[in-house]
Amino acid sequence: MASLLSLSRLIDRLNEFVGRWVSWLVLAAVLISAVNASARKAFSLTSNAFLEVQWYLFAAVFLLASGYTLLRQEHVKIDVVLSRFNRRNQVKIEIFGFLVFMLPFVVTVIMLVWPLVVKAFVTGEMSSNAGGLIRWPVFALVPAGFVLLGLQSLSELVKRIAFLQGLGPDPADKSKERTPEEELAEVIRLRTEAEAAAKAEGAAR
Amino acid sequence: MIAFLHANMAPLMFVGLVLFLLIGFPVAFSLAACGLLFGFIGIETGMLPASLMQALPLRIFGIMQNETLLAIPFFTFMGLILERSGMAEDLLDTIGQLFGPVRGGLAFAVIFVGAMLAATTGVVAASVISMGLISLPIMLRYGYDRRIASGVIAASGTLAQIIPPSLVLIIMADQLGRSVGDLYKGAFVPGFVLTGMYVGFVALVAMFRPAWTPALPAEARTIREDDGSPGLRSLALLAAVSTAAGIAFGKTRPDTMPTDELIVLSMCVGVGLAFALAVLNRALRLKLLSRMAERVTFVLIPPLALIFLVLGTIFLGVATPTEGGAMGAAGALVMALARRRLDLGLLRSAMDATMKLSCFVMFILIGSTVFSLAFQGVDGPKWVEHLLTSLPGGQVGFLIVVNILVFVLAFFLDFFELSFIVVPLLAPVAEKLGIDLVWFGVLLAVNMQTSFMHPPFGFALFFLRSVAPAKDYKDRLTGRNVAAVTTGQIYWGAVPFVIIQIVMVALIIAFPNIVSGGIAKKKDLDTSNIVIEVQPTDQPKDEKMDMDALFGKPASAPGK
Repeated sequence: MASLLSLSRLIDRLNEFVGRWVSWLVLAAVLISAVNASARKAFSLTSNAFLEVQWYLFAAVFLLASGYTLLRQEHVKIDVVLSRFNRRNQVKIEIFGFLVFMLPFVVTVIMLVWPLVVKAFVTGEMSSNAGGLIRWPVFALVPAGFVLLGLQSLSELVKRIAFLQGLGPDPADKSKERTPEEELAEVIRLRTEAEAAAKAEGAAR
Repeated sequence: MIAFLHANMAPLMFVGLVLFLLIGFPVAFSLAACGLLFGFIGIETGMLPASLMQALPLRIFGIMQNETLLAIPFFTFMGLILERSGMAEDLLDTIGQLFGPVRGGLAFAVIFVGAMLAATTGVVAASVISMGLISLPIMLRYGYDRRIASGVIAASGTLAQIIPPSLVLIIMADQLGRSVGDLYKGAFVPGFVLTGMYVGFVALVAMFRPAWTPALPAEARTIREDDGSPGLRSLALLAAVSTAAGIAFGKTRPDTMPTDELIVLSMCVGVGLAFALAVLNRALRLKLLSRMAERVTFVLIPPLALIFLVLGTIFLGVATPTEGGAMGAAGALVMALARRRLDLGLLRSAMDATMKLSCFVMFILIGSTVFSLAFQGVDGPKWVEHLLTSLPGGQVGFLIVVNILVFVLAFFLDFFELSFIVVPLLAPVAEKLGIDLVWFGVLLAVNMQTSFMHPPFGFALFFLRSVAPAKDYKDRLTGRNVAAVTTGQIYWGAVPFVIIQIVMVALIIAFPNIVSGGIAKKKDLDTSNIVIEVQPTDQPKDEKMDMDALFGKPASAPGK
């Protein structure tokens, strides 16, 4: 179990790392698209490579981040029923979900997509648009993303089994983390307080 | 046994879907697992071809290349940057001071700012949190009824769902196979009619229960002239001048110009003039404008500029919604930089949140693709169609049943789940019944908006609860004790607005032109209603003006 737990920590760190760096691609996509849109209008300049790189980037963002999103437990679920169970039973249901729902799906997708990626690589398939980009790197993002997702599922599985055996903390405990909404509320609260204090000082003077 | 299985595969699969989803595993993977399981059963029993899932890789590649969905990260990122840029706080503070001394004024200000934020940030949680932290304490201080105060905040926050640019409309457009631009245009008028209905409700309350929405004492306005006058005349004058300039500009344009283009351009000229005057006044210390006039102009410019950059360019056909989203996101970055509110921490957290949202949305889409491959294989859509077309009452019967269904489901599912799971089942049936899908999408979007307001699960109520005072506290300004806002008050406050929402759904069914008026060549409807948005921003003088504007004065429509 101990070696499995250290493997799980390794996977968590890997996806943490991938998530941190892939998020910059969001900014890249925004900037490229904005520049591209203004250039298209202002100078009638446009290139298919620029148009295509936008969806390459977006595909990289959502595929490569899938493991990270799972780690952060941000894949939405319907918890009307789930929330009625106690914590241990919830964890058992989640283990069932990873084994029966998640892993078969991940394996199926990788097996189905892989031959197409190889084919695109071997034939050097290009975009059908003039000046478009080569295809295999973006196709390869699918198996890459699903491998990260599969690895993270294994890590989550290990963490949950460890929790049931009393060997680890509750993997779904998000109470220590602040949600973005809480952060926003905190920022506004601080700002209004600072303003009120400044006003009070001004009045006292 | 196998014969029974084959005959009933579609209903069985549907039941399986419900069970799989209710287990509480992430929706994306439950959907996929349900599709894979039934696909496997179908293949093993010889009902489905073994090559069934071969189509999956190409479908996934198709999802990756989808230009429409690319707008999701752009608009999400824009909203996340804007919500921290301080724009909402400035708007709430200034507009609140402007309208405050009128009976019901603070509530009107909340609705107005809510609509304004909806057309820029489009994030329900952010609007509700900002208004709950800034406007709610002021409303409590001056004795607003707690139910009215919390209801109006929660409801105005949900406007972000229906007023473009909203994510739900992008996803709806993708699922219905219609263009995002058409859905935006279609949702525009209903969004502002809804805003008008909120205003109407508050106006009725102010008339018949004046104690519930008291006017603020004049000294609550801190933006005033040195001699203590509020400086409203100067603001009125500025508004009149810029409106006149806009109309005059509109008259000089050739008649052949399309109406919406004319409105957007005239509006630009008017607003631009007001801004130029305010800047000149400040730079040269002319003291021609009152402080209020200057403040109002300066707080309204950033959101108006963004609205033009995003919605203006989309409506003019200059930019696609995806490009509009990217421009808006870049504009938001520039604005946050200019206000010195952008730092590495904010940038990182916005990118991180955008990435996670894009990821879960796109994975639900992949999951639902796996499901629909198998569901189509077992002739599921035909089964649903048969089920729904056999309802009595034809089109209207279908619409009523569907709306009740979505309304009930919205208690448990959020709009992502509804639009990816329920909408694809309904859309083919609606099309077969001869229902316009753009209209249908807007109708469902208005209905789904209620999912944010339903007690007890509604997100808007949840976020309001998280920022509303849960304990009695001492008001800093007056020194008086203010009682906490109870959860019951928040729930009851939402009820009238949920009812307004249902009325709106009924109105759209009864008068389909409310929606198609935005898309088709119905210029009259288009004009009078776009003015709704322009007017209060041009001349936010007092409540009366605002009411006139909100109910539309077609006579003042530029160029008509």
